[in-house]
Amino acid sequence: MMASIQKNPDRLDFEPKKFNMWIFIFTSFMFFAALTSGFIVYSGGKGHGLNVIMPSAFMYSTAVIILSSGTLFLAQRAVKRSQIGAQQLYLWLTFALGVAFFVIQVYAWSVLTYKMNVYLTDPNASRSFLYIFTGSHLLHIIAAILLLLSTLWGTYRKVPQARNLYKMQMTSIFWHFLGIIWIYLYVFLLLNQN
Amino acid sequence: MSTVAVHDHGVAHHDEHGHEHHHNETFVSKYIFSMDHKMIGKQFLITGITMAVIAMILSILFRIQLAYPDKTFPLLTTLLGHFAPNGRISTEFYLSLVTIHGTIMVFFVLTAGLSGTFANLLIPLQIGARDMASPFMNMLSYWFFFLASVVMLSSFFVQSGPASGGWTIYPPLSALPKAMPGSGEGMTLWLISMVLFVASSLMGGINYVSTILNMRTKGMDLWKMPLTIWALFLTAVLGILAFPVLVAGVVLLIFDRSFGTSFYLSDIVLNGVQQPYEGGSPILFQHLFWFLGHPEVYIVIMPAMGISSEIMSVNSRKPIFGYHAMVYSLIGITVLSFIVWGHHMFVTGMNPFLGGVFMITTLIIAVPSAVKTFNWLATLWRGNIRFTPAMLFAIGMVSFFISGGLTGIFLGNAALDINLHDTYFVVAHFHLVMGSAAIFGMLAGVYHWFPKMFGRLMDEKLGYLHFWLTFIGAYLVFFPMHFMGLDGVPRRYYAFTEFASMQKWLTINTFITWAAIMAALAQVAFLYNFVVSIFAGKKTTQNPWESNTLEWTTPVEHLHGNWPGEIPTVYRWPYDYSKPGAEEDFIPQTVPFSQTMSSNLPHDFEDNPAGLAELNRFKSTLKAEEKVK
Repeated sequence: MMASIQKNPDRLDFEPKKFNMWIFIFTSFMFFAALTSGFIVYSGGKGHGLNVIMPSAFMYSTAVIILSSGTLFLAQRAVKRSQIGAQQLYLWLTFALGVAFFVIQVYAWSVLTYKMNVYLTDPNASRSFLYIFTGSHLLHIIAAILLLLSTLWGTYRKVPQARNLYKMQMTSIFWHFLGIIWIYLYVFLLLNQN
Repeated sequence: MSTVAVHDHGVAHHDEHGHEHHHNETFVSKYIFSMDHKMIGKQFLITGITMAVIAMILSILFRIQLAYPDKTFPLLTTLLGHFAPNGRISTEFYLSLVTIHGTIMVFFVLTAGLSGTFANLLIPLQIGARDMASPFMNMLSYWFFFLASVVMLSSFFVQSGPASGGWTIYPPLSALPKAMPGSGEGMTLWLISMVLFVASSLMGGINYVSTILNMRTKGMDLWKMPLTIWALFLTAVLGILAFPVLVAGVVLLIFDRSFGTSFYLSDIVLNGVQQPYEGGSPILFQHLFWFLGHPEVYIVIMPAMGISSEIMSVNSRKPIFGYHAMVYSLIGITVLSFIVWGHHMFVTGMNPFLGGVFMITTLIIAVPSAVKTFNWLATLWRGNIRFTPAMLFAIGMVSFFISGGLTGIFLGNAALDINLHDTYFVVAHFHLVMGSAAIFGMLAGVYHWFPKMFGRLMDEKLGYLHFWLTFIGAYLVFFPMHFMGLDGVPRRYYAFTEFASMQKWLTINTFITWAAIMAALAQVAFLYNFVVSIFAGKKTTQNPWESNTLEWTTPVEHLHGNWPGEIPTVYRWPYDYSKPGAEEDFIPQTVPFSQTMSSNLPHDFEDNPAGLAELNRFKSTLKAEEKVK
């Protein structure tokens, strides 16, 4: 029975599930595309520009998230070489950078609110969009951190190599995507800050 | 070790078994938290039918108000309490009825009930897969849908009543909880329910696309897929691209409602008090909503199209006319559906030039739609038609699609829309073209695949009764509405016959209500037939309709994994009906060409020179034999 199943690659293997992740990324992309299009329609139609110089915290968070993609890449390379110890180290590093990104984003909100007087409930909704963009991105980051922790947990429970690799790949697709989305949002905000 | 890891089922259980029989199924794992696509399909169907019955009862309630605006019915007060004081439905509750009827029908019945049922049932069975890409996510998809249904219906039990801003929930009405009773808790529940619903839809859709693209059996290339699969595939793609945009719009709406932002709000005076909101644009919501909303109508109709194509080919005993054209027209509709949303907004102060652009893209959709219609008619032409109930409903679907589609050409015109928008003409249009047509496609599918789902046949006589009463009833209900709309009767009004100029429509309203009641009673025949046949219907054979597709090669008794042995290989397209020279009038997809030499055509071997040579040798032998004779 096993043999006949192995010949059928269509049967419950990981490829379709990885494909699921790619499609999910599409849906997520559409969500952010809709938000930014909404921004364009709003600010273009009503003549409400953003008029906010982006706090420098965003620059640091951008650096952190790019760095985290790097450590995750190293973790994945370690899996392919079956170096569990190195994989765990790099995953912990990625986790720390992910949390750091989260903290810096929240710090950026406090700078925006308390130092720059840019509020979520601003009568100029372009400024509310700023919070919506970063907030919904952070929700995704929470999900990505949970996925990362589940992969990390798996390495301690010594799940089989194939499954470990699969979970690493799922985590990587999602994590790198969120990095790209953040860069997209940041560039979008920089271009529209006047 | 890695073999085991590759074949475990992923998320819920890690016990190490790689084979497909689960002997240790409990009641809960088999009927409730099932991960088997066939059971999930049935769960979607039964929940969808339940929601449809509820939505139908709501429609009868508001039809009673429209037909008898001056009469009192003490029974209504008994049933509905403070929603119908003094025997008459209250104005607010009337709006709630219209809103929830629309929401349930569009999303819960014709999106989840239709796609959810048939995508789950048919995708693995017709492409030859053991189950979906992620059975666990598939199970979650159903339970999110169930939860969404419960939350939506629970809004009938809050003091202020369900949402009442129309199924499109335009702000500012929906964004201000104090604007009217229906914008309060009911609206909050509506939004929660829709977020759950979208999550369900996305999980389902992601699975459908991934399964179709990755898990087809050997030989099943894209051009050998039945049109049902093509339609369900493109429907899922539409959902994946469109629903996140609705979520974006709804997120902003939630912030406006609960966190004091003003994305959609500007210059509002409520009960004489100037509100602090500034600078928002309600039109922004319409853009985000209709970017989903228009693809949504194709999410509703395309599965019905695919189902009807399949059923009409089987029951005409003819190949579907223009298979490739059918696929390309579906693709055309999919692409075009994303660039027409502006036709819902012609009268929102849109730039007339932009209106013109949207008008052109809208009218272009008539082309693929007409291609499909002509192909259906050509499939019927000189077919050896078997009028099963499923076939009647499929033909009914075509009928509604034509009569409803024609009025779409009027409504798609930016200039004509100035007169026609927000009238009963619109109501008539979409109830025929997407409401009735999609429901008929869904019912056709239920009658056709009932034996596959429950191992028994539905009663044919009750099916015919159901069809004719529903078909006639739907036309009697919606056809007169065209004339009301042309006369300028506005939709969603509680008692428009109070206007002197519209009093004459009261008799028509009464007529429509009685036609609706007749059509509603006809559904009792269906429900009785459906429920009784599950337990006491005639047992079916393996392939009751003599159909070519793969689902009929599985055993009647369901088993987890669908096929007891190896998954069958596919050799030909699914529409070899009445092929000249064949022994029977159907050749299943699993029959290789080598077994059907007498019916093979040169066309069957376009990419296969060896097969063509074999065919030519066979033909010359035949000729030689004839000469000898």
